[in-house]
Amino acid sequence: MLPGSLPEALDTLASDGAAIPIAGGTDLLVHWPVHVEAHERTYVDLSRLDPLKPLRWTADALMLGGLTTYWDVIRDERARDELPLLVDAARQVGAIQIQARGTWAGNIVNASPAADGVPVLMAYDAVVVLESRRGREEVPLDRFYSGYKEMQRRPDQLVVGIRVPRRRYSYQVFEKVGARRAQAIAKVGLAITRSGAGWRVVAASVAPTIRRCPAVERLLETGTPIGSPAALLPAIAQDVAPIDDIRSSAQYRTHVMARVLYHDLRDFWGRRA
Amino acid sequence: MTTLTVTFTLNGKPVSLAVDPSARLLDTLRYQLGLTGTKEGCGEGECGACTVYLDGLPVNSCLIPTYQVRGQRVETIESLESLGQDALEPFERCGATQCGACTPGVVMTAWWIREHPELLGTHSIRELMAGNLCRCTGYDGIVDSVAEALRETASGRRET
Amino acid sequence: MKRREALAKLTGRERYVDDLPLQDFLWGMTVRSPPPPRGRVTAIRFGKDIDWSQFVVVDHRDIPGPNVVALIEQDQPVLAAGYVRHVHEPVLLLAHPSREAVRRAVRSVEVVVAPEPPALDFRITPTPERIQYGTDNVLKHLQIVKGDVERALAQAPVVVSGTYETGAQEHVYLEPQGMIAYLEGDVLVVKGSMQCPYYVLKALQHALAREEALVRVIQTPTGGGFGGKEEFPSHIALHAALLALKGGRPVKLIYDRGEDMAATTKRHPALVRHRTGLTRDGRLLAQDIEVVIDGGAYVTLSPVVLSRAIIHAAGPYACDHVRITGRAMFTNAVPFGAFRGFGAPQSQFAGERHMDVIARTLGMDAVELRRINLLRDGQTTATGQVIRDGTDRLAVLEQALALSRYREKEREHAAFNATHATLRRGSGLATFYHGAGFTGGGEVALKSRLRVAGRPDGRVEVLSANIEMGQGTLTVFTELAATRLGLAPEDVTIAEADTARVPNSGPTVASRTTMIVGGLVERAADDLRRRVGLDDSARGAAVTQAIERWHREHLGEGEPLFGEATYEKPPGIAWDDTTYRGDAYGAFAWAAYVAEVEVDLRTCATRVIDFIAVQEVGKVLNPTLAKGQVQGGVVQGIGWALMEECKWRDGAMANNQLTNYLIPTSDDVPAVRVAFLENPYPHGAGGAKGLGELPIDGPAPAILNAVARATGADPRAIPLTPERLMELMDNAEFGMRNAE
Repeated sequence: MLPGSLPEALDTLASDGAAIPIAGGTDLLVHWPVHVEAHERTYVDLSRLDPLKPLRWTADALMLGGLTTYWDVIRDERARDELPLLVDAARQVGAIQIQARGTWAGNIVNASPAADGVPVLMAYDAVVVLESRRGREEVPLDRFYSGYKEMQRRPDQLVVGIRVPRRRYSYQVFEKVGARRAQAIAKVGLAITRSGAGWRVVAASVAPTIRRCPAVERLLETGTPIGSPAALLPAIAQDVAPIDDIRSSAQYRTHVMARVLYHDLRDFWGRRA
Repeated sequence: MTTLTVTFTLNGKPVSLAVDPSARLLDTLRYQLGLTGTKEGCGEGECGACTVYLDGLPVNSCLIPTYQVRGQRVETIESLESLGQDALEPFERCGATQCGACTPGVVMTAWWIREHPELLGTHSIRELMAGNLCRCTGYDGIVDSVAEALRETASGRRET
Repeated sequence: MKRREALAKLTGRERYVDDLPLQDFLWGMTVRSPPPPRGRVTAIRFGKDIDWSQFVVVDHRDIPGPNVVALIEQDQPVLAAGYVRHVHEPVLLLAHPSREAVRRAVRSVEVVVAPEPPALDFRITPTPERIQYGTDNVLKHLQIVKGDVERALAQAPVVVSGTYETGAQEHVYLEPQGMIAYLEGDVLVVKGSMQCPYYVLKALQHALAREEALVRVIQTPTGGGFGGKEEFPSHIALHAALLALKGGRPVKLIYDRGEDMAATTKRHPALVRHRTGLTRDGRLLAQDIEVVIDGGAYVTLSPVVLSRAIIHAAGPYACDHVRITGRAMFTNAVPFGAFRGFGAPQSQFAGERHMDVIARTLGMDAVELRRINLLRDGQTTATGQVIRDGTDRLAVLEQALALSRYREKEREHAAFNATHATLRRGSGLATFYHGAGFTGGGEVALKSRLRVAGRPDGRVEVLSANIEMGQGTLTVFTELAATRLGLAPEDVTIAEADTARVPNSGPTVASRTTMIVGGLVERAADDLRRRVGLDDSARGAAVTQAIERWHREHLGEGEPLFGEATYEKPPGIAWDDTTYRGDAYGAFAWAAYVAEVEVDLRTCATRVIDFIAVQEVGKVLNPTLAKGQVQGGVVQGIGWALMEECKWRDGAMANNQLTNYLIPTSDDVPAVRVAFLENPYPHGAGGAKGLGELPIDGPAPAILNAVARATGADPRAIPLTPERLMELMDNAEFGMRNAE
């Protein structure tokens, strides 16, 4: 299906619950020839919904469009200044060929626990803007996922935008631990920010969903002294549940998370805001 | 079999094709149009051997359904032939190619970098080439070629 | 001379097998056995949703000759006939005009295997019910004995033991494997990506019961091989041919990347044990080495890989008492095969890591340990070969140390490591060697033959079965012929490797193409010159004119004009295959590599931040090509050492995708700094020694030695993934600086 406008696309999704929206195709088309059963399904091509492509700065927020790509953000100077984690993460997604096609919205709805865009958006308190024939809905990204590949998106909804509030951050870092520097799926992803709204610690690849780490955040908010990576293990155990899989092991993920958190935040443990 | 008619600009010329909705741009280029310069190395967007330009940006054609390029500009390695032998001389001299399987994809990305030297303000050549896997050269021949090509642009030689 | 075919490759004009125009053809695909990895095929069920009458279906009963892919042993079937020994074994072949249709069809065939106990760990002695080869699952057993190692060990003041392991490695040539097969009259023509046209020819003749005149094999431009296209192409050629013969139409069979990675050969995994006796000041007294490799479910080339592994196992050192025992084991894994280095990287990884372990044990400098023991002219290798090539092996080492600023870096690293909270740096060394050409009498047995034809227009054509796969054959052969005859490179053509036209100059393997086959180019050129009545000093226009004149004088006679050369063993080389003693190779190339690494203690990820590769290779015929071979081999070695891991399930590769089997990107490796020393080898073309495989023998041990020096850890196996390094450094805060 090749809708020419957003309303057309939404109509199609409303009438066919099994139709799959396709944007950049960088997830859906992997190994396409081999996955013959995927060829039977109905796809709704979003690539001509031009109003969804640009990103927009307002007084309060960066509005990423439903089709804004990683490359769009990498090229945006204001993003580099104000929301640098978006640029950091975008540069670590695949390589240029993927960055030129992959969309932030696609990253969100693909719902991989190892996504690169989601953690930084979540650490920036991004809000997902969904449209359907039934109207608009906004869901904070940190409440968007309910389980492995389960999210607050009905089949008739499209992500038309992602709103990232503009804030002054006193600390921000994105760490992607992969098996190589580019074209790698994260074994552990961590996005950490601190602003007037408080600490945000977001972890990827260590649980069925990308999520905030409230126990770790609490340690930071309360200024609990932490003398070693090992001291973080109890909080980590409360917040995440890494597994062994084809890429890495639960034990490795846990230890890496502890060490990266410990060392990156060395200046902050034991100090209240 | 249902087909879709897809009209786009290919290497500067307008084309209109009946394509299988399941066709990837890579398949259309190679098998329907006989433009075999673009290669398939992995089918999963990892190796970059299938790199083409879509509206001026390098992309993996193995991950693009052909119907998505309607109304857009597609350029393949075949389009670089008009640059002439001189333009590719740094790549010859610096050993950018050995077996050649990754080479068209490499040249597409490399030439794009050469045309956008401002990127080196924020990126290294190695980072920009990281989406083109090579198993033969160890990358030095490729990186050196790109550096050479950029140097020659900067010094004003080989302007195209 | 610039690479001859560079422009064709840079512009995308070079056509690989899947690029060739083909009319009215069928797409072929292979139905493979699922798990379990061993057992009887009890059922083959064809799905009801497919109209099978539209497909060409081939099984083992369609094979005209013996159901065997001819190689060293006659044990591997073309198609499984009721029994399988590994997952992904080819069972059926299907063909259809639509590639999508044949993909669906392959998925619609259900092959059922009744499980039997598989042997899946080559390191352990198989229990009786897992014996499937001989009485003990040993595919090959070899031994090298020099002196009396038991006595020397008993008397040695110091004995250091160590066990080392290397994992499999997948080639990841960027062009997946593929073949085209069709009939041209009575002649079966097979074209495709391959390293050895005559291996494919032999395999086709044998299993299809066809005489040589009725089979023609043509190599198409090959997008990388590295050994992965040495013998496996014979399988695909046979599969495509069977489909073409049964279907009566041309067949194209191209592997998907996932299929290629899962079903084709990989580097043999290895386990190597060292027991080394030394004096207290580090002189080698005794080397007792055991090499075990995993051959997988069929013999393929395992005996030869084992041979090379044990010959190189003792390293480039002098030692009077050596015993090296080698075993290639049968397992129900997908068979392993040739990969650049062919056993030498595995055994030299162990040997060079062990040298650093010895140095650490003795409390001595790792460089000094090498200096003391590196072979001097007049000393002998483990097989008793007297080294007398005049190469200054210490100079090779010294240059590597100088270029890497090894001693300075030691001091810099010490300071860096003492103050940095999370990063550790270190440099590591490997000194090693590689014998080029076939082992022992292998080159003689090959009886390689090559021709240089003189054409009516005065130009010459090199007719050889050795192919270009990126290493520079086309360019080097052109240069050799042109230089020899005083011609311009444009006046030399290299014939397509077509068995109907070119003689069997041997396989494109074993780093032999320049050194040995290049020598045949030179001698065949000389022979051509003599045939047109010139002596060896004639060059340039005189040669061209003489060739033209010859053709005018023989017009209409139908006689071709060519010079020919057949391999002749260099004088003074003797090898005994029964005792495994003597001159294993005509020439060894020698090398010293230094890797500088940075380890992030938070993630235990290792980055190679500098790499120096110094080697003596006889003569460098083409600097760009030679440097490219070294750099490419080094980066393959870096990948093998740090990130290339085959994850096994039922003896097959579970991570058969480029997303999960990781090779280095441009951003994962430093610039590889290369230096050559020269010492012309009198029996190598232009003085050259073989170079293609040497570079992959050194990086892995150099890197692990560097990691050990950076972190204090003691890794003994590759790939040294971050997970493994973290496990080794078992204290969770090992070496890291806590908050002050």
